[in-house]
Amino acid sequence: MNLPQVVQYCFAGITVGSIYAIVAIGFNIIYNATGIINFAQGEFLIVGAMLAISFNHFVPLPVAIFLAVVLTTIIGGLVEIVFIRQVRNPSVLRLIVITIGISILMREAMLHIWDEKVRSLPYFTGTGVSTVTILGAHISPQVLWVLGVSAVIVMGLTPFFRFTLTGRAMRACADDRMAARLCGINDRWMVTLSFMLSAGIGALAGCVISPITQTQYDMGASLAIKGFTVAILGGLGNSMAAVAAGLMLGLVEAFVMSQFDVAYKEAVSIVILLLVLVFRPSGLFGKREIAAMRTL
Amino acid sequence: MVKQLAKVVEVLIVALALCVSVVAKAADAQAIRVGAIFAVTGGAANLGGPEAKTAEMLVEKINKEGGINGQKIELIVKDSGGKKENAVSLAKQLIEEDKVLAIIGPSTSGETMAIKNICQENKTILLSCAAAEDIVNPVASYVFKTPQKDSDAVRRIFQVMKAKGIKRIGVITSNDGFGMAGGKQLANLANLAGITIAISEAYDTQDTDLTGVLTKVKGQDVNAVVNWSIVPAQSMVAKNMKQIGLDVPLFQSHGYGNIKYVQAGGEAANGTIFPCGRLLIAEQLPDNNPQKKLLVEYKKDYESRYKEDVSTFGGHAYDALLILVEGIKKARSTDKEKVREAIENIKGLVGTAGIFNFTPQDHNGLGMDAFEMLTVKDGKFVIYKN
Repeated sequence: MNLPQVVQYCFAGITVGSIYAIVAIGFNIIYNATGIINFAQGEFLIVGAMLAISFNHFVPLPVAIFLAVVLTTIIGGLVEIVFIRQVRNPSVLRLIVITIGISILMREAMLHIWDEKVRSLPYFTGTGVSTVTILGAHISPQVLWVLGVSAVIVMGLTPFFRFTLTGRAMRACADDRMAARLCGINDRWMVTLSFMLSAGIGALAGCVISPITQTQYDMGASLAIKGFTVAILGGLGNSMAAVAAGLMLGLVEAFVMSQFDVAYKEAVSIVILLLVLVFRPSGLFGKREIAAMRTL
Repeated sequence: MVKQLAKVVEVLIVALALCVSVVAKAADAQAIRVGAIFAVTGGAANLGGPEAKTAEMLVEKINKEGGINGQKIELIVKDSGGKKENAVSLAKQLIEEDKVLAIIGPSTSGETMAIKNICQENKTILLSCAAAEDIVNPVASYVFKTPQKDSDAVRRIFQVMKAKGIKRIGVITSNDGFGMAGGKQLANLANLAGITIAISEAYDTQDTDLTGVLTKVKGQDVNAVVNWSIVPAQSMVAKNMKQIGLDVPLFQSHGYGNIKYVQAGGEAANGTIFPCGRLLIAEQLPDNNPQKKLLVEYKKDYESRYKEDVSTFGGHAYDALLILVEGIKKARSTDKEKVREAIENIKGLVGTAGIFNFTPQDHNGLGMDAFEMLTVKDGKFVIYKN
């Protein structure tokens, strides 16, 4: 393999990895506030992209994306108020099963609203054929958009959870809801807020990846599975780790693809996930003590 | 007294209602029951959607014109979601509960193969709308299919490659029934055509980007790429090839026959070459083409009714119904065995995919001439000329 080829494989890995990463971020927000995994996260992505595609017929792209993000944020809040808040005895397992139900409901609703056809947003910069050439290899500018948007989200989220009162209150809810409530935190509002935030970020992610992956009503589930895998790989709750793990997984898959049959790449990523779960249950970048505390 | 009278009236009403329902049932029994299994939702919804719409439209038209031999058709459409296990249980339901004469569909090759034996064992005619050759090879006496043969699509592609002087190709397929069957045909026929397949890879249908696999293909110095899959990979391939600078001709399967894929591919789709039935370029055909009248009419009916572009997949359902109706007309009966025999002897039936000539050995009935080579020019399909 010559250099441009190696670089090209890396770019292929980064392209896929950036998609995994941006999907994974959304999982972490709700996890940070509630300790549950929201399996409807993939559907938030698709709803966001679908809305933006529809709005883009009438308004310019940035406005369409903005409207889609706002609307999906509201949908996220409504989903929480209508489904999650009503649960009398909110055990983690029960809530997770409810999110699976929500994902199915949203998928079917999208099928009825938008039908089964494949759509996509236009490329943000250039067209489907324009590329940036680095070291003799080519990469679509859209991938840079995905990476850039992921970076902005992570840079916004990390300080939000660490330093702002709201962010810390959200994390407190996940750690011990009763204790958080005793400290005067409005735990219900925090959970709603986390759903809104992750729905909004999901919608933004859906819009940014739409030119690359295209958008179809039932694509949410498969995107979510990869995003979930990456979130666990990196260590749940840590958005920066999710991005690192996403890019890593993408690169590993590209490397496997370059040496073996393409079919093996899925197997390899699952094996990596199993190994991490067995030997480092807190994820590659997670702290052991935190994981131990969470399982209490 | 009044109470008694009320009771009598009540009994009479119930009896009358029963009579009406029996009569209604009897009238219903006169209709010819035809089942349909389409992937209206799910991953293959782009096939099943137009198929179901077409079948409903055509049945309505046939019934409006008085039915077949005076009998109306009752179409029972079931949605398989593109899943094999659903297709199996729906087929059993249609055969055992609805007692249909024939089943149209399923939309995909995998589903069809899953119910091929069920239909054969229960002596129910199956007119599949899926492409794979395994459906009619080996022949099962009750199983037919309407799309053109994979192998003929491959032969047509190789013809064009020869004319263009292409010797070394890369093949990428999706890892589903359609992609695998196509990959097999390409491998089988390449030697005969004097073409070397330098690399053959199968990717996951859920893959969100194909630059990785295409980088691998690029490393093999190929003169052309063949992609065998359905959406959304079909439009992704063209974009990804241009993105990594793999500037060789792209050939696609006959599954590319939907202008939506071209639109999704954007300007990258220009120049893609693929074999296809003549439906998409009906207006461009010369007036003496035997298929033109039927194609233009179907296209107009479909597009005005459903406000969406016609695709070849709907055409496969059109042909399946057309063949069944012709079989029933020829057999002058709705006896399964007689209709089956009549279908086997249909000759020169003009359909959307081509002109059908069935024999007991050939349950597809289409030749290589059913394919026209098309290409994409300025976002539109046009006939490919060397």
